[in-house]
Amino acid sequence: MSTEGSGGSLAGGRREPRRSTPLLRFAVAGATVLTGAPCFSADSVSLPEPVAGPVRFLEDIEPLFAARCQACHGAQQQMNGLRLDQRAEALRGGYAGPVILPGDSARSKLILMVAGAVAGKVMPPTGEPLKDSEVGLLRAWIDQGADWPEAPPAESARPGADHWAFRPVQRSQPPAVTGEAWIRNSIDRFVLARLEDEGIEPSPPAPRSTLVRRLSFDLTGLPPTLAEVDAFLADARPEAYETLVDRLLESPHYAEQWARHWLDLARFADSDGFRGDNFRPHAWRYRHWVIQAFDRDMPFDRFTLEQIAGDLLPDAGVEQRAATGFHRNTPTNTEGGSDPEEWRFEQVINRTNTVGTVWLGLTVGCAQCHDHKYDPLTQRDYYRLFAFFNELEEEDVDAPLPGERGPYLQALGGYQRARRDLLEEHGVFDRKPPWEAKVLWAADHPGESAEWDVTFDELRTYVNLGERILRTPPERRTVRHEKALTDFFIREYGRVLSKEEYAELGYADLVKQLRALDESLPPFGEAQAVRIADNPPQTHIYLGGSYKAPGVRVEPGMPAWLAPAAEQGGLTREDLARWLVSPENPLTARVTVNRVWQQLLGSGLVPSSENFGTQGDRPSHPALLDWLASEFMDRGWSFKRLIKSIVMSAAYRQASDLRPDLRERDPANALLARQVRLRLPAESIRDASLAVSGLLDTRVGGRSVRPPQPEGARRMGSDGDGGWQVSDGPDRYRRGMYIQYQRMAPYPLLSAFDMPDTYESACRRGRTNTPLQALNLLNDPVFIEAAQALAVRAVTEFDGSPGDRLRELFRLCVAREPEPAEADWLLSSWERHRRILERTPEAVGELFAIELPGVSPLDGAAWVTLGSALLNADEFLTRE
Amino acid sequence: MNPLDYARILDRRRFLDNCSGGLGVAALAHLLASEGRTAGASAPGANPMAVKRPHFEPRAKNAILIYQSGAPSQLDLFDPKPGLVKWAGQPLPESLTKDLKLAFIKPNAKIMPSVREFRKHGQSGMEFSDWLPHLAGRADDICMIRAMRTDAFNHDPGALLLASGVTQFGRPSMGAWVTYGLGSESQDLPGFVVLGSGKGPNAGSNIWSNGFLPSAYQGTRFRTVGDPILYVSNKKGITLELQRARLDTVKGLNEHRYEKTGDPEIAARIASYELAFRMQAAVPQLLDFSAEPQHVIKAYGLDSEPESGYAANCLLARRMVERGVRFVMLTHGDWDDHKELDKGHARNCGIVDRPTAALVADLKQRGLLESTLVIWASEFGRTPMAQMDRQDEDPGRDHHPDCFSMWLAGGGTASGRVVGKTDEIGLKPVEGSVHVHDLQATLLHCLGFDHEKLTYHHQGRDFRLTDVGGRVVEELLA
Repeated sequence: MSTEGSGGSLAGGRREPRRSTPLLRFAVAGATVLTGAPCFSADSVSLPEPVAGPVRFLEDIEPLFAARCQACHGAQQQMNGLRLDQRAEALRGGYAGPVILPGDSARSKLILMVAGAVAGKVMPPTGEPLKDSEVGLLRAWIDQGADWPEAPPAESARPGADHWAFRPVQRSQPPAVTGEAWIRNSIDRFVLARLEDEGIEPSPPAPRSTLVRRLSFDLTGLPPTLAEVDAFLADARPEAYETLVDRLLESPHYAEQWARHWLDLARFADSDGFRGDNFRPHAWRYRHWVIQAFDRDMPFDRFTLEQIAGDLLPDAGVEQRAATGFHRNTPTNTEGGSDPEEWRFEQVINRTNTVGTVWLGLTVGCAQCHDHKYDPLTQRDYYRLFAFFNELEEEDVDAPLPGERGPYLQALGGYQRARRDLLEEHGVFDRKPPWEAKVLWAADHPGESAEWDVTFDELRTYVNLGERILRTPPERRTVRHEKALTDFFIREYGRVLSKEEYAELGYADLVKQLRALDESLPPFGEAQAVRIADNPPQTHIYLGGSYKAPGVRVEPGMPAWLAPAAEQGGLTREDLARWLVSPENPLTARVTVNRVWQQLLGSGLVPSSENFGTQGDRPSHPALLDWLASEFMDRGWSFKRLIKSIVMSAAYRQASDLRPDLRERDPANALLARQVRLRLPAESIRDASLAVSGLLDTRVGGRSVRPPQPEGARRMGSDGDGGWQVSDGPDRYRRGMYIQYQRMAPYPLLSAFDMPDTYESACRRGRTNTPLQALNLLNDPVFIEAAQALAVRAVTEFDGSPGDRLRELFRLCVAREPEPAEADWLLSSWERHRRILERTPEAVGELFAIELPGVSPLDGAAWVTLGSALLNADEFLTRE
Repeated sequence: MNPLDYARILDRRRFLDNCSGGLGVAALAHLLASEGRTAGASAPGANPMAVKRPHFEPRAKNAILIYQSGAPSQLDLFDPKPGLVKWAGQPLPESLTKDLKLAFIKPNAKIMPSVREFRKHGQSGMEFSDWLPHLAGRADDICMIRAMRTDAFNHDPGALLLASGVTQFGRPSMGAWVTYGLGSESQDLPGFVVLGSGKGPNAGSNIWSNGFLPSAYQGTRFRTVGDPILYVSNKKGITLELQRARLDTVKGLNEHRYEKTGDPEIAARIASYELAFRMQAAVPQLLDFSAEPQHVIKAYGLDSEPESGYAANCLLARRMVERGVRFVMLTHGDWDDHKELDKGHARNCGIVDRPTAALVADLKQRGLLESTLVIWASEFGRTPMAQMDRQDEDPGRDHHPDCFSMWLAGGGTASGRVVGKTDEIGLKPVEGSVHVHDLQATLLHCLGFDHEKLTYHHQGRDFRLTDVGGRVVEELLA
């Protein structure tokens, strides 16, 4: 093309390989996207003639660019990637391709645009159009070779390149303080130094009963048992607190709690979303992997590597493949009639944005359509990042849990024989090959036959990789793929037969028999994974963010301003993952420790934990943030060490009562002069109620569960949840994090209490306070059941007067002794409930139907309503 | 008749019995609430539903969005195209179809004229097909938009664009934006309510999502089975008195904790529980139609056995607006007739025609139409070409995003006016094309907002309902 030999010295390594597509195609594509207007024909517009005589760049052209173009295409701003103040950049062109073809002004987009030859679009967009003489000058300059004298490159002027978060992490010494006595570890020096500067005293330590409950929720998501509370209160040793911390960090529930935070970031769900909202039977396997990773305290750099590029690792086994399920958590649209390429593109966008949020703490998605308005991220950077994920193809792999393989293999032979017999019996082996041939024909001859068109469309929509499987000769298909195609054939064959013919085949019944056969197999874990596609698509800059408007090609790469050294080609996802957790990347460690801090103190040192860009919040304690980040990296990227160092600090141990003296001065507690009261997340509210009432099933990991839902709760959202067959037995009382999450109709408690919607990565949850939450906790049968179980505990496990039992019940729920006024209130309340119930014997039967020796049903029923009140108390729902 | 509908009626009755219904309950609830020991806790930090003033003097105070999910055929209801007849059974010339991207059918599908009869109605002479005789009677109250357009040709993205301004999940819905901007005037009902009949709407609960706005702005769904609002009725055995005792116990504990910690969140929680309690009294009242005059019941078609919950939902929508509910979203489906359109549409029109007309008339008669914007909307329209996936089935129509009809009534919009025009076969707009974002901008304008200024800061930038588009369509305004 036209810029060969235009000198690489200024362009450095930043030149993109070019396509040799004729220029006009770029112009046309751009015009269509930008305006939606019909295409134009350049031939139909006459361009002003080039002026005669030689044109000099500095005298004739440069002033024109400066006056009319560079405001948008200059040092400050490069709309659509075009820059007309630097030779190399100008000749390279914009995201849609070159705009100057030296020697050929009539086909140069620059000329077409300024001459108004592109329908609906003329440059410059404001002010008078260029005069014919000016266009003539530009034409002549281009026709004469677009000579442009070399000049030193201007300073890079992307906004925000010197923003604090993009500078390297700087470890500083913990500062000296006056109040040495308060200091428990280095974190406290940073906190206290700031408080001393402001002349503010930290809060006193929280009562020990608060600390044990706080730690228990923060580290395991569960309340402490009475025995655990008592043991801690009785432990007078100086190391009692640390012992408690260590015990909780080693609890299997630690892994659940911190996995749950990660699952918000990973936008984990059990269903596709969208119209079908199909259940994903293997999604749980990724959650299981995350729990195990936290349980083993897998270093965060390894944790990153396996999730982003587990499939590429030389030692990749089942677990590394399962880790790549991270990329499978994107929503999937399988709505009939949708364009598979559009939704594949959307998934790549979702993957790119997720990685941007989770590791870089940047709103990279802003650059899908145009250069980021506030951060240095260009659209080119965006699609270079996108290119790492554009190669992915979805694939399910065997990932059995320990103990599953044996029984499965034992049953497999019989299963295969039974399946083959069923297929044989129904003539599937004879009927499928000609059907396949006809679908293939329809794929290549759309519009000839509606039935076969629809069959092919449905195949592309409903069978993952459907078209590719069809086009692969049967003998080269995988077992999984052949099965998917066969099952599809049996379901869809009726489309090309008369209803009578199809009914005669008995395929509707066959579908049921095959499903029953599938279900008869012992459980065998599979995992959603990714692999590199056989023919991965090339990546372009997509103009306006539209998959239909590819601009210039790009290769995978890290954002240029963050990783200037990593410009060489041939980069893989593994390179990306390694760079993300390398010391050269200033963001990952900061972003990660900030989120951990947020979980433990309610708000990050950077409160906008999802945005470290120039529009995000500035850190309240920048030196502390960097100290934590460098500690995290230096001490092996260990979450447990990081968490321990924070919870061991005096800052963490402070009381959470509000400080009237700081209400005006520091309403958001940015100075950390106290801890904070935090309403528990949705899952913990359920877990806490089930735990104190003794109903909780504490098994860790495994498949998702389906507790009962009210009649009709699903109906308005989702059909794809497999009918929500309610789980049996103890599975009903599993922790909230195991409840099957259907994107279109989430379990009501979860959405009422601010569980994120899982469409994109969520860094922090809302903590709202609504009347619907009150109704949920008061009347949801699961909470009534918990209150009933709590009542049974009150009358069977505790002794003494109602007052004594109330005291224990209260301690069970909030881990502290009631104050005298509270004890009085509880007792008078219990008596009031009892008096009311005395007048309504039928209510007693409803509330307390079991017979216990020595317990009057009336007393029992009063314990139920009193217990329910405790489960609704603000303090019960709050970690203080 | 659908067994669920019986269940619905029965349930509602049982529900009323459980609550021992009527004014007595509300009065008692109010009495108890005002007796409650709310000292020190009466002013929680910030009530998200406090009434707020919009940017300028609004035309409308409330809105009722009727979402006809699945996309009714404008060609068989609102937009007569005699020109289709001469093309009947033929494919369109390639020049017209080369940029056409349709969901299911190929561009060479054959044209299908409507078999409905259209007539002019009212002073305005607005045209309706014979499937909508009652609605046609409201012609002079309606502003018909003939050339709506959208960006999506699949249901979920289309429904999301209509509800939230983008084709992706995760953004706040119209009702959420409106209650975020205006708060609610109801003391005992949610500010944004969702009523549904038929098949669940496309994009599910996402079309009443609060997105990234606080969850207080999420639509509250009234259900058609069981409790009208999830968990609004107490467990059997918990009488009103016992419920009050239970709540008082909670309240006493919370007040004590509030004094101790000074956390205004506790005060907000006390207020939430009291609102929940008032809701428990207000909902049965709302659902109790016994005080409605017989002619109203009849007008909505509730005197005969209702075919679905749609009629009751229309009446409920009016009763909610009367009680200060800010935004009612009424959904009905499914209109997605890719095949057997005649049968499917006849059934749905039979369900929605009379009650929709009654709602408009009833609002008008009560003087509420001036301040209530009613919108009939769908995610897109249907193609002039037939869809025929099998030779042994009656045809339907495919999705058509480029031009379709919606209509508005009340709330300061024009009455008896038709805006925009489509070509002779209903394939492309000819004039007055209105994008979904324009409709949203106009809705917000009627409610007193500059759509570019009703924003929420999230992930580093300000978001708005109309994304990066939208213009107020003056022609739609009175």
